[in-house]
Amino acid sequence: MTQAAPLSATARDPAPAIFAPRGGLLPRLVDWILRHPRVFVFLMVLPITLWLGLVYVGSLIALLIQSFFSIDEFSGLVVREFTLKTYGELLRPYNFDIILRTVLMAASVTVASAILAFPIAYFAARYARGRWKAVFYLGIMLPLWSSYLVKVYAWKLVLAKEGILTWLFAKLHLTWLLEAVLAVPVIGGNSLSVSYLGTFIVFTYIWLPYMILPVQASLERVPATLTEAAADLGATPRQNFRLVILPLALPGVVAGSIFTFSLTLGDYIIPQIIGSSRLFIGQAVYTQQGTAGNIPLAAAFTVVPIVIMGIYLWAARRMGAFDAL
Amino acid sequence: MHSDACAPLALRLAAFGGLIFLLAPIALIFVYAFTTEETSYQWPPPGLTTKWLAVTVGRPDVWQALGLSLKVAAISTTIALVLGTLTAAAVSRSRFFGRETISLLVILPIALPGIITGISLRSAFSLLEIPFSTWTIVLGHATFCIVIVYNNAVARFRRTSGALIDAAMDLGADGLQTFTLVILPNIGTALLAGGMLAFALSFDEVIVTTFTAGQQTTLPIWMLEELVRPRQRPVTNVVAMAVVLVTFLPILAAYYLTRDGEHTAGAEK
Repeated sequence: MTQAAPLSATARDPAPAIFAPRGGLLPRLVDWILRHPRVFVFLMVLPITLWLGLVYVGSLIALLIQSFFSIDEFSGLVVREFTLKTYGELLRPYNFDIILRTVLMAASVTVASAILAFPIAYFAARYARGRWKAVFYLGIMLPLWSSYLVKVYAWKLVLAKEGILTWLFAKLHLTWLLEAVLAVPVIGGNSLSVSYLGTFIVFTYIWLPYMILPVQASLERVPATLTEAAADLGATPRQNFRLVILPLALPGVVAGSIFTFSLTLGDYIIPQIIGSSRLFIGQAVYTQQGTAGNIPLAAAFTVVPIVIMGIYLWAARRMGAFDAL
Repeated sequence: MHSDACAPLALRLAAFGGLIFLLAPIALIFVYAFTTEETSYQWPPPGLTTKWLAVTVGRPDVWQALGLSLKVAAISTTIALVLGTLTAAAVSRSRFFGRETISLLVILPIALPGIITGISLRSAFSLLEIPFSTWTIVLGHATFCIVIVYNNAVARFRRTSGALIDAAMDLGADGLQTFTLVILPNIGTALLAGGMLAFALSFDEVIVTTFTAGQQTTLPIWMLEELVRPRQRPVTNVVAMAVVLVTFLPILAAYYLTRDGEHTAGAEK
């Protein structure tokens, strides 16, 4: 915004080049603000600073501080003294298993969604044209934006023992295969809806669009001339894909993995509804702050995903993933 | 590799298979809403009926939850529209101290897992002894709705020439006139798209809400209770279908509103 010249109040010219100041207190105040860009910008960012800076970051910091408190084991009250005891509790086998289980799940969900997302993104970015482009766009956007709980509910319907998947396997005479998979220790279970495998499938489904979009964006930015040049220089389609397209799409995959990894780390609803009764970090946080009333331990648990994501983001930044967002 | 070349068969199969994987579970919801089976998730449905539509319409708890959800979404979207637009205008139009910090601050609520936002707000409420109310829910929702409006508005502001504003002011428009006659028509569709997506996001939110709602029931919380302890499966089926329909409309509308721009709304939920 350009700074206006000084007011023409003192000018003797009968037809001033600049408009005369308007009357009234409010219009004059508005004019004064508009003529002072710094004040104007300050007023524009003041509400957001108060809202996010004070309310949001304030409560985040308050939470972090509480993770350095501990809980009195006899009275169940929070002792407001600095201690690292609560962080020590995270290393107990029971709690450490929760962290390990969650990180492993997040890693496998990320790998699976990268594998599933790549062909969809590749086709949408390089082959789909016109009507098909719209179909792919909406086909990715609708599952992304439709209700999270409804999607989880849909999978409860799909994975139920009496549901469509069991029926499908029976129709294809593959019931033995389903039973063999469910018989595998650890990932299997009574039915898909109460096994780790079920949790894994639902996580992958729900976060898949978050992987497709950045991969598609990075693939769309690979210039066609580059692949043509590679082909002209004698690269086979396979070499072209492995040596030209894949390295250029990698930042998109890393960007997508930030979402899939972070979202899996923090989710507590999917493993609660579909999965075995063993806890994930999100559920641990929820039960610690709720029924157990142990806010310090809950706070310490929330620090784990923050630290993991911090390291992850730092590594991703070094791989240039942020340009693909 | 030309774009008009035909895709290899394996790639086509994988891409369309992926698309079916994405859409089939949602389509299933529409079948289950009409099933006659009441106590299990049996497939194929033993029969079809429209009886449960009427039963759901007559349920006061569903209507109350829906009312609260709409109210929260409307207030949060309004707050997000004002704050998001102001911030987008400041960040895209000028350079100032702390500009980078503010653009980071805005994306923080969706970059961090929702459970962290939820628990930190809840513990702040309990530290400050604030009782749960509609406003505590709104506080949480508006926090992450701001970024949706902000992203859409910032993209539009970057494409709008700043000279337009200067010209309007030079021609004697006051601040309000410049805003209503020049700025608003330029960013209007972006705000509409951002506002609708923010509304959809708030309407659907459950993770932060479980921490900030106390005893109140929004529609997603109602759904969650039914998921954890199914009591009325047929009613849940119908509600699920209704929610899918309600969320589809803003997405379709946002798609058509921002189709021409290089930036598509909702690409970074």
